[in-house]
Amino acid sequence: MKRSWLIALFCVLGLASPVRAADTVKLGFNIPLTGDIPDVGESSKNAAEMLKKKINDAGGLKVGDKTYKVEFIYEDNESKAESALSATRKLITQDGVIGMVGPQSSKQAVPAAEAANELKTPMMAPWSTNPNTTKARPYVFRGCFLDTFQGPTAAKFATEEFKAKKAAVLYDIASDYPKGLAEDFKAAFEKINGPGSVVAFETFTTKDVDFSAQLTNIAKSGAEVLFVPQYYNEVPLIVQQAKSLGFNKPVLGSDSWGSGDLMGLCGDNCKGFFFVTHYAAAGAQGKTKEFIDEYTKLYKKTPDDVAALTWDGANLMLAALQSAGPLSGDLAKDREALMKAMAGIKKFEGITGNMSYPATGDHDPIKCAVVVKIDDAGKFAFYKSVCP
Amino acid sequence: MLQSFLQNILNALQWGSFYSLIALGYCLVYGVLLLINFAHGDIFMVGAYIAFYCCMFLLGKFGVFAGLPGWMVLAVAVPLTMVLTAVVGVTLERIAYRPLRRKGVNRLYVVITALMCGLILENGNLALLGASRKSFPTLVPIKVFEIFGVTVTNIKLMVIGVAILSFLLLHFIVTRTKIGMAMRAISYDRFAVPLMGIPADTVIVFTFVLGSGFAGLAGLFFAMTYPVIDPYMGALIGWKAFIAAVVGGIGSIAGAFAGGFLLGFVEIMVVAFFPSTYRDLIAFSILLLILSIRPTGLFGVARRTKI
Repeated sequence: MKRSWLIALFCVLGLASPVRAADTVKLGFNIPLTGDIPDVGESSKNAAEMLKKKINDAGGLKVGDKTYKVEFIYEDNESKAESALSATRKLITQDGVIGMVGPQSSKQAVPAAEAANELKTPMMAPWSTNPNTTKARPYVFRGCFLDTFQGPTAAKFATEEFKAKKAAVLYDIASDYPKGLAEDFKAAFEKINGPGSVVAFETFTTKDVDFSAQLTNIAKSGAEVLFVPQYYNEVPLIVQQAKSLGFNKPVLGSDSWGSGDLMGLCGDNCKGFFFVTHYAAAGAQGKTKEFIDEYTKLYKKTPDDVAALTWDGANLMLAALQSAGPLSGDLAKDREALMKAMAGIKKFEGITGNMSYPATGDHDPIKCAVVVKIDDAGKFAFYKSVCP
Repeated sequence: MLQSFLQNILNALQWGSFYSLIALGYCLVYGVLLLINFAHGDIFMVGAYIAFYCCMFLLGKFGVFAGLPGWMVLAVAVPLTMVLTAVVGVTLERIAYRPLRRKGVNRLYVVITALMCGLILENGNLALLGASRKSFPTLVPIKVFEIFGVTVTNIKLMVIGVAILSFLLLHFIVTRTKIGMAMRAISYDRFAVPLMGIPADTVIVFTFVLGSGFAGLAGLFFAMTYPVIDPYMGALIGWKAFIAAVVGGIGSIAGAFAGGFLLGFVEIMVVAFFPSTYRDLIAFSILLLILSIRPTGLFGVARRTKI
């Protein structure tokens, strides 16, 4: 009796699935819902859910002469490189997604991009700023500027704003993103202020909570500014310990500061500091403001840069899908068509600014960076825009 | 240079204090039951969370009452956290370790059970409270003092003081009190002790109360020093503290205490002079060297097993 039920169930499923597959398009999201930076995963998912609702409520996505419902599949990469790889393979081979958005941080995006490129599936990395993510990978696209741009921007800003002649850097050597960024900052700062002007270049390893030895060296080095390209979970500890060790100079951050619950964890300690990022929620206009208002209404909080970039990344992928023309139903062919359509986009107006892609080479957009000041109310206020 | 060195000694004392406090718990349980309680690092994590909720409650953040001033919250939170964490430790003993001990299974299975308990605590916490981190409230405003170019904070002094006091207290209990004598007796011969009319289970529960209570204390002060807490905070520091306890001579209170500070010193000093990637490499190479010269650890005494 039991078995016949099961057989019946399978029959129903077997009949149902091809019908469903015919009028939905699936996008995969490879995001950190648990692990070190769960807030990043949550923001990505929030933005994606909002986009899905918007498209499906309007009837669906029109591709060629057919309208499809969009389906988003969220796979948790636990903020680990290995899990990001298995999530990529699962999304591509089991779930049959046409394209993948994410992973967000470079630590997961670099290995996942390799897998996606090998499996010939278009991938959009909205937040990964490490150059290796898209390097010589035709199927991989990026939604933000590069570390090689962010590092020099921070160095230039530190020199101009704080009149700093000596700088210190503290970063996680075991993670791709901070390491790449720290090295770019050092190179750019020494180019402006002469060799040896980065007087302390200190490292730690992921999951460390005590930075006292490194910060002792930094405090004694005479640096006038400290550059910390770290995530929201480490920044509060670093800032607080720096103060306890008598370092009272400004601290400058990177775009990783803007995501997650930085102010909830850091409180008053972070006020008055600056960081380089993709967009500033305070003072936004037009399409960006619409997005911020709707997001705030839905989730009761201001969208961070991850949410905005995920929105842009997924939108760009869907826009390319529309221009790719009718879907053949053969996943391999459709994925290739999508990749070609994405590569064909020369300019895209996103809520994080205009992106233009170079005609040849890696798919890295050219867009402006924003320097944000954390004001006395703990808000991320627009301070300055720096364009390449 | 000298100032940096002195500063790093202070940093190492603070960092080593946490290793010592956790290592003491490993050492107590191992000393009595010869059980490596791998869940101890996670009991420390639970302690930090208990401390977090105690402090939020006492500060009046849940709106039950108006809230107390910071120093009074700290004074109440210390015993409260220790008692509640001890309850967690004893519960683990009752539901996980005691049934196995009653059945007389091999110690290996108990150790595996301990590992699983640790994972259950970690993931239970993750499921219950979510993965996002909690910001520990500031109980005592940080005051920075500068003496001869060396900066000290009131929190740092407090942590080091607490570690030393805990060691003295535990040392006193184990060597000078009746229950301490019973603990040492069980460690010496588990089967003869009940025959002498000593309630072995009571003594074992007391051991877990002490070990977990001090893990809770460590959790509270750890969260005050590094005010970002998450469910995985206990795993790594727990393992390292266990290694510190082994190097100090597991089973010896003084050994666990010294081992914790030794590991703290080596870690801080390596980072101060080398890239941080060398830290664990050099730290554990030194510990390995110590163990290969003195397999029983710095303070350990070799025990003969009678067949």
